Amino acid sequence: MAQAQNATPSRPISPHLQIWRWHVTMLASILHRVTGAALSVGVLGIVIWLAALAGGPEVFAPVDQVLHSLLGRIVLYALVAALGFHLFAGLRHLVLDAGVGFERGMANLSAWICLAGLVIVPAGLWAVLHAMAG
Amino acid sequence: MATRNQRIASARAPGVRGGAGAWTFIGQRASALALLVLGPWFALAAPLAARGGYESVRAFFAQPVNALTCVVLVLAACLHMYLGVTEIIEDYLDKPAGRNAALTLNAVVCLLAAAIGVVALAINLRT
Repeated sequence: MAQAQNATPSRPISPHLQIWRWHVTMLASILHRVTGAALSVGVLGIVIWLAALAGGPEVFAPVDQVLHSLLGRIVLYALVAALGFHLFAGLRHLVLDAGVGFERGMANLSAWICLAGLVIVPAGLWAVLHAMAG
Repeated sequence: MATRNQRIASARAPGVRGGAGAWTFIGQRASALALLVLGPWFALAAPLAARGGYESVRAFFAQPVNALTCVVLVLAACLHMYLGVTEIIEDYLDKPAGRNAALTLNAVVCLLAAAIGVVALAINLRT
């Protein structure tokens, strides 16, 4: 490791982002990482919410208020969309781990299905929550 | 020319992660399978419980089944994000100082988050 770093600093690196034509499997890969990072922040949010719950009604109320604000609602929507994508893409990765679905047509199709998760999951959750409000 | 057994041995030898790679792989996938169920559970249950404000959320997580399910969710999510963020740090930070600081910070934040989540649910169960 140390030797490699002391070696010629101008070694060519493998071609990446800027020379590739955009394609959907690449977008799915990048989005899986981006949504994963976003959901990590979401997990911290859940922990704060649970801590506020344990703190009692006086602590819970302001946190609840932030969640019900316009910004809070936008962030929650984005997190549910991120969950939708990451869930579908995670499932896709589990299938790919088994060595299945690598053919170009199948890999592209499954990537598109994951992208659909960005819309289907928030819309579906919204519909279910509305139906249960009944 | 290495024999087949030598090649297998070298593939199994501890690498930069000191042989932890298999557990990283298994942990990421085991937590993923748990979150496949628990993520949607929380996305549905939390907004429903939150409709009634504090008292209804408290009552929901005061039920042992829900509290326990949420404990598993918190633990699985914290393990999953620890492994995921570690991978991101290892990919993008290569100067040892910043990289090690980020890896340590990530481990501390994930451990704290898991501990706070579990303790908060335990406190809520007793009130």
